[in-house]
Amino acid sequence: MAESENIVVATAEKIFADLADAQTINHDKKGAWKAPLWNALSEAGLPLSWVDEELGGSGANLADGFAVLGAAGRFAIAVPLAETMLAGWLLSQARIASPEGEMTVAPATPKDRITVNADGTLSGRARGVPFAKEAKHIAALASGANGMSIALVKADDVRIEPGLNLANDHNDIVSFDKVRPVAAKPAPKGFDQTTLMLMGGVVRSLQIAGALESMLDISVRYSNERVAFEKKISKFQAVQHNLARLAGESAAALAAATSAADAIASVPSFNDDAVFLEAASAKIRCSEAAEKGGGIAHQVHGAIGFTIEHILHRYSLRALAWRDDFGSESYWAVELGKRVAARGADELWPLVASR
Amino acid sequence: MTAALRFDPIRLPPKCEALRKEVRAFLAEEIAGGTFNPFKPNREDIDVPEFCRKVGERGWIGMTWPKKYGGHERSFLERYVVTEEMRVANAPTRRFFVADRQSGPILLKYAPEHIKMDILPRICRGELCFAIGMSEPNSGSDLFAAKTRATRTDGGYLVNGTKIWTSSAHIADYMIALFRTSPPTKENRRHGLTQFLVKMKQPGIQVNPIGQITGQFEFNEVVFTDYFVPDDHLLGEIDGAWKQATSELAYERSGPERFLETYYVLTELVRAVGDKPDTRSAEGIGRLVAQLHTMRRMSVSVAGMLQAGKEPVVEASIVKDIGTVWEQQLPHRVRDLAAFVEETATNRETLERQLDFAIKTAPKLTIQGGTTEVLRGIIARGLGLR
Repeated sequence: MAESENIVVATAEKIFADLADAQTINHDKKGAWKAPLWNALSEAGLPLSWVDEELGGSGANLADGFAVLGAAGRFAIAVPLAETMLAGWLLSQARIASPEGEMTVAPATPKDRITVNADGTLSGRARGVPFAKEAKHIAALASGANGMSIALVKADDVRIEPGLNLANDHNDIVSFDKVRPVAAKPAPKGFDQTTLMLMGGVVRSLQIAGALESMLDISVRYSNERVAFEKKISKFQAVQHNLARLAGESAAALAAATSAADAIASVPSFNDDAVFLEAASAKIRCSEAAEKGGGIAHQVHGAIGFTIEHILHRYSLRALAWRDDFGSESYWAVELGKRVAARGADELWPLVASR
Repeated sequence: MTAALRFDPIRLPPKCEALRKEVRAFLAEEIAGGTFNPFKPNREDIDVPEFCRKVGERGWIGMTWPKKYGGHERSFLERYVVTEEMRVANAPTRRFFVADRQSGPILLKYAPEHIKMDILPRICRGELCFAIGMSEPNSGSDLFAAKTRATRTDGGYLVNGTKIWTSSAHIADYMIALFRTSPPTKENRRHGLTQFLVKMKQPGIQVNPIGQITGQFEFNEVVFTDYFVPDDHLLGEIDGAWKQATSELAYERSGPERFLETYYVLTELVRAVGDKPDTRSAEGIGRLVAQLHTMRRMSVSVAGMLQAGKEPVVEASIVKDIGTVWEQQLPHRVRDLAAFVEETATNRETLERQLDFAIKTAPKLTIQGGTTEVLRGIIARGLGLR
């Protein structure tokens, strides 16, 4: 991986390289890698990158945090780093201090709803909540009579039905049965569930783009090692063209995800059609790239890439799984299509050209 | 480690946005005044000399070139904005665009001073049309196979042979062509080609039109019979044109014209579905817009690299590969979705007419300016596979 010039990202990359080597993790059936990795990330202050110092975090800017997530994608990190960062960010929106330890965010799908009852407790059910089973706290976005609230909830206080995503990472159903939060405050004006889904979608887009970069990297390397019909498979034109297409998908994902991250880091409002275009497009295009690019990476690897022993699945299955978190590509495509139609035909190009 | 592909989120500076408004206002005025019709994409309006002169007057041709040669010393990003606004409006830019994008920069680099002083200002004024003489019968993308010979004679060269698929040759004032001056060597199959500036409408050149499946006549066959090129029309190094030709490719391959050629069908689809589309139409439009936005971000990113003086050959090839495949599929995706457009949609006939034309245009998009196969070969080389 390219050594980053940015100190925050360089720190993350160093930790990932030392403690999250895909080969080592893949062979470790007992999960002994997890605790040292999480401890190192925590000591470096990375899980709470987006939380101000006075709220218990390390106060990195949005851009640095996004870059860390791209790196996390390149290593297909399977601890709740992205989720904890996102949870800390959500809590910070309401100036709620972040606790230590693993966190996650609910809801994680656009159609699930959590509501605030008259007595201040929370009710509702959220599906597909990543790493809920491994989290100590959940940052929740809930709607009530007085608008949207952001709440910090203890994981012990909710009911969790464990589930697994395509890559066997925890992806659980979380039920809030009149749960009393540790803290709850009104969300800022204009902050709604779409805001959370857009931010979560961009986080996943960066991770998918990172995973694709790695898939391209290991596929190119493999094609230069593997010999078939008496020559390296990289010398077959059909393989070369497949890898060129994989490079294109990887590049498209990277461009869309980094552009959306840059838009969010530099435009203060989510209630802006251009930011919506960027964030929704990133999730749509990165998800499409995960399907096309991941398919090619497997094709290049042949049968070996289909085995549990090989590391390819660590990237390919996670990239495919991440498509479903915070709104799938078809969900966002419908939402984006509706907005474009509502603006009218002659406003489409000005919208695209505004970015 | 594979060479990292970078597509930084370059943003166009504010002065580009001011320029964009200016271009839009100009185009709206020209459309209103009847100079061209944006709803008859590239059909009746292939060649509108009057429009080219007006664009030249605005200072939008040769924008990045030195003032000394009639250029405007503006940034590559400003030129980018003008190109995309022209493309989206279906403006008839064909007559000057080749000179602006490719021929002018080649002359700037390789032509003798008196030729630069003579020709470049005229290009900037929108008076000249250029053609590119590369492909030959039975060679196509395989430029090493070019056979048209330029043989040494007193004070210049005599050219004999045939170029083909030459867009705009029938209206062109000049052509920049690749001729064989020596046979390829065993060690270097790329050796022996030389670039020349060819003055069209001279004895020894015959231009024969070739019809296209769109109904247009844009391609030509150009036959040279003892055509004389003077010494000072030789561009760059004798036998070394291959090197010269490849360094220009990033400019040719990553611009907005490489994904916007059939864009008009998307606008018309959005118009036809109205402000409350059904779910299927909304999803289809959403995906197409997301893909378009992504490509544009990639293309702007490459423009930023060019502005910074880099040579992003691999990145540019990726943009052209993805961009042309996209603009080729676009009319077919729009056709899919158009099945659900109401009979009463005000622009239904326009949409259908444009779809017909775009579907007929589509096959050429992944062939012109370097085929998909050639581009993927370049990308593969960049990945270290060849």
